[in-house]
Amino acid sequence: MINNYIWLIPILPLIGFIINGVGRNALSKSLIGFIGSTVVLASFVLSVLAFLQINKTGTPINIQLFDWIKVANLDIPFSFLIDQLSSIMLLIITGVGFLIHVYSVGYMHDDAGFGKFFSYLNLFVFFMLLLVLGSNYVVMFIGWEGVGLCSYLLIGFWYSNGEYAEAAKKAFVMNRIGDLGFLIGIFVIFNAFGSIAYADVFHKAEALHSGNSTVLLITILLFIGATGKSAQIPLFTWLPDAMAGPTPVSALIHAATMVTAGVYMIARSNILFTLSPVTMHIIAVIGLMTLVLAALIAITQTDIKKVLAYSTVSQLGYMFLGLGVGAYTGAFFHVLTHAFFKALLFLGAGSVIHAVSGEQDMRKMGGLRGKLPITFATMLIGTIAISGIPPFSGFFSKDEILANVYAHNQILWVFGVIGAMFTSFYMFRMLFLTFYGKFRGTHEQEHHLHESPSSITIPLIILAILSIVGGFINIPEIMGGGHWLESFLAPVFEKSTLLEKVDKNYLSVSTEWILMGVSVAVAVFALGWAYGKYITKAQLPAADTEELPAFTSLSYNKFYIDEIYDMLIRKPLDALSVFFYKIVDQLGIDGFVNGLGKGSLEASKDLRLLQSGNVGFYIFVMVIGIVALLVYNIFRF
Amino acid sequence: MDTLTQNIQTIPLNHYIILCSIIFSIGVMGVLIRRNAIVIFMSVELMLNAVNLLLTVFSAYRGDATGQVFVFFIMALAAAEVAVGLSIIVMIYRNTNSLDINVLNRLKW
Amino acid sequence: MSLFYFIAFLSILFALLVIFSKNPVHSVLYLILTFFTFTIHYILLNAQFLAVVNFIVYMGAIMVLFLFVIMLLNLNKDAEPVKSAIIKLAGIIGGGCLLVTIVASVKALGISEPVILHNADLGLVKNLGKILFGEFLLPFEVSSLLLFSAMVGAVLLATKDKSNA
Repeated sequence: MINNYIWLIPILPLIGFIINGVGRNALSKSLIGFIGSTVVLASFVLSVLAFLQINKTGTPINIQLFDWIKVANLDIPFSFLIDQLSSIMLLIITGVGFLIHVYSVGYMHDDAGFGKFFSYLNLFVFFMLLLVLGSNYVVMFIGWEGVGLCSYLLIGFWYSNGEYAEAAKKAFVMNRIGDLGFLIGIFVIFNAFGSIAYADVFHKAEALHSGNSTVLLITILLFIGATGKSAQIPLFTWLPDAMAGPTPVSALIHAATMVTAGVYMIARSNILFTLSPVTMHIIAVIGLMTLVLAALIAITQTDIKKVLAYSTVSQLGYMFLGLGVGAYTGAFFHVLTHAFFKALLFLGAGSVIHAVSGEQDMRKMGGLRGKLPITFATMLIGTIAISGIPPFSGFFSKDEILANVYAHNQILWVFGVIGAMFTSFYMFRMLFLTFYGKFRGTHEQEHHLHESPSSITIPLIILAILSIVGGFINIPEIMGGGHWLESFLAPVFEKSTLLEKVDKNYLSVSTEWILMGVSVAVAVFALGWAYGKYITKAQLPAADTEELPAFTSLSYNKFYIDEIYDMLIRKPLDALSVFFYKIVDQLGIDGFVNGLGKGSLEASKDLRLLQSGNVGFYIFVMVIGIVALLVYNIFRF
Repeated sequence: MDTLTQNIQTIPLNHYIILCSIIFSIGVMGVLIRRNAIVIFMSVELMLNAVNLLLTVFSAYRGDATGQVFVFFIMALAAAEVAVGLSIIVMIYRNTNSLDINVLNRLKW
Repeated sequence: MSLFYFIAFLSILFALLVIFSKNPVHSVLYLILTFFTFTIHYILLNAQFLAVVNFIVYMGAIMVLFLFVIMLLNLNKDAEPVKSAIIKLAGIIGGGCLLVTIVASVKALGISEPVILHNADLGLVKNLGKILFGEFLLPFEVSSLLLFSAMVGAVLLATKDKSNA
């Protein structure tokens, strides 16, 4: 029985954090790397065992570690729940996490903060595991906040650069805004249901009818939290800036795990969301908007990591679109496949950057196909996967989502397909600019071009294999597959499915085939368009000094969203802060306190004049005093 | 004598009180207005006398002799006070050669 | 009755003259006249003992003392210091306030009964003497001590310092 060892799953990375953190300067680099990677591997092994047990028995594992908060009616135990949904998340986190740890050994080898990096990575894995293991919203919130913290630490890893530190701060603050929504949501949940444990809340929620206003409020608040963590409109601008961190960080946190926490949270609370169709609609629309907006920005970016960052935002938009139309399994399937190919793409980009000695601008790359064969091959696989071309994994997950979207609302589907077209276009654009043509960098860089060491390439290969075969776990019935993931996750979503069965319209077989065909055709068309533009015509993106046409400029400058936020939110807040500082604090409070002192001095100076020494004056005052006393006594009676 | 005492039997108490108040406040005004120490002292005597009269009136009104006895003691006291007070004034005159109370302003801060 | 009002008017007139006359000697003389009217008031109330004591002690002793001192210090109209007009005004207003307050409080009490002498013989020397030596013997004796100390004090204060002489 694995139950007795479940508590080790998060604790092992925590131990790794402590050892690596304390001994970051004392231990040797190989030892640090070994400890850091091994603890995650051990957690992975345990996660596999847990998964196998759940697959066999189908019953969730409930483990209570200790009573944590017990005050009046508030009872929050520190307990874990592993069911089908969290077991897969565990596999993703520990599995992909392990591969990235191995990758970091090679990638961060020359960095002075090697030990610190690994301790932060282990801490992150610990918090992420806590997030998915929790059996109530509060334990999830601990993990939620913790990964936000680690994200800040890791984005601002090279903190001596002011811009990177700013990016880290931006990420943290935007996360925080979402977290406020999440926290208030937890309060409302407790107020409405009397408990924050999943089992209690979902059980009580079944009794409510659809469109209940409390549930609407709760779901909107939870969604705000998800918006911050998973970079949806309007809280997405932190993710492109987060590319300031080292590439393994981008891969682990901003591709595979942290940003999917929002999706996990909504999938976990699926019954609440299904009971609130208004929120679902909002989620779908926002997911779609994010999808299209990010894709539009990505098609003109020149920094390789920025392209991947906007691609992540766009894919997250897909997942939320899927959640919004009730395709919980589809969205979660996309989480899984996205973890594989996005981590692969980021790690591959890291390998490229490593090879060209730190250059990230694609206009200065090119022709790396021959020099970096393994990197090229794996990135090619990743690109095909993300574009949704069969039989790679991205096709199955994206198609499942699009099919559900079509069944729900056809206009949304059209935009989803347009987004898929752009995805394919900018991903292949990135591939062609980086690997094809002639090398456009300096001579010095050309001299240093070499394939990366095995600690970097082996994880790439493993992830590439997963990107190819990952889709086969959920092949839809019309293609002859068993739809295994859907049936595996069915118990988690069954209450929602029961409710939805009322209004979901099923698609006919031919419609599904047509939908699949359309999405593949669109992806291949975009591939051809990119090929024609960047290989046949060998066009390059414009240099920084050139004047760009209107739409390109708008897209290149991220639609000026950062500037708009700056103007609308930051400047008024700054003004407010200055107001409070200058006026309320300095003039008001200091003025009041100092004024008391000054007032006392002035008053005493004036009072001192009463003692003039003039006897006549004293007598006069005495008479006045007596008169006053008499008057007072008259009025008393 | 009887006719005299019968004479005042129709005067209301309030009138006596008002009379004494007027004289008392005249004394107060004298203290405030004049700068000569001796004249101030005399105004104080005026005040004392007003009070004496009032006490006597009340004693007669209530038929209690205590009031008049009190007046007797006040007079004794006033005499003693005048003696000492005037000797002080003489001392002051010897030291400062002036009786202006504005000269005596050492009682300040 | 009209006698009372006439005497009262005289008291007030002479009191005003006391404080408003420039020459201190004149002030003393006016004060003596004021005390005279007071004596008459006492007689009207049949407080005979007090009337006589007032006459002897106040007018005879105290005022004479005042006159002695004035003569000793050789005060006359020229040596009189002058106060500024504002201070005089303030003083008058102060005193006026006091008067107004007291009269107002009296008025608030309403009409009072006339002064009826229940015991007309109260002020006679014999009766007052009985009470004085009866109930109030102790204060009487103590007041003698008081006068003694005052005498000693006055003598001490007024003698010139032998070493400075």
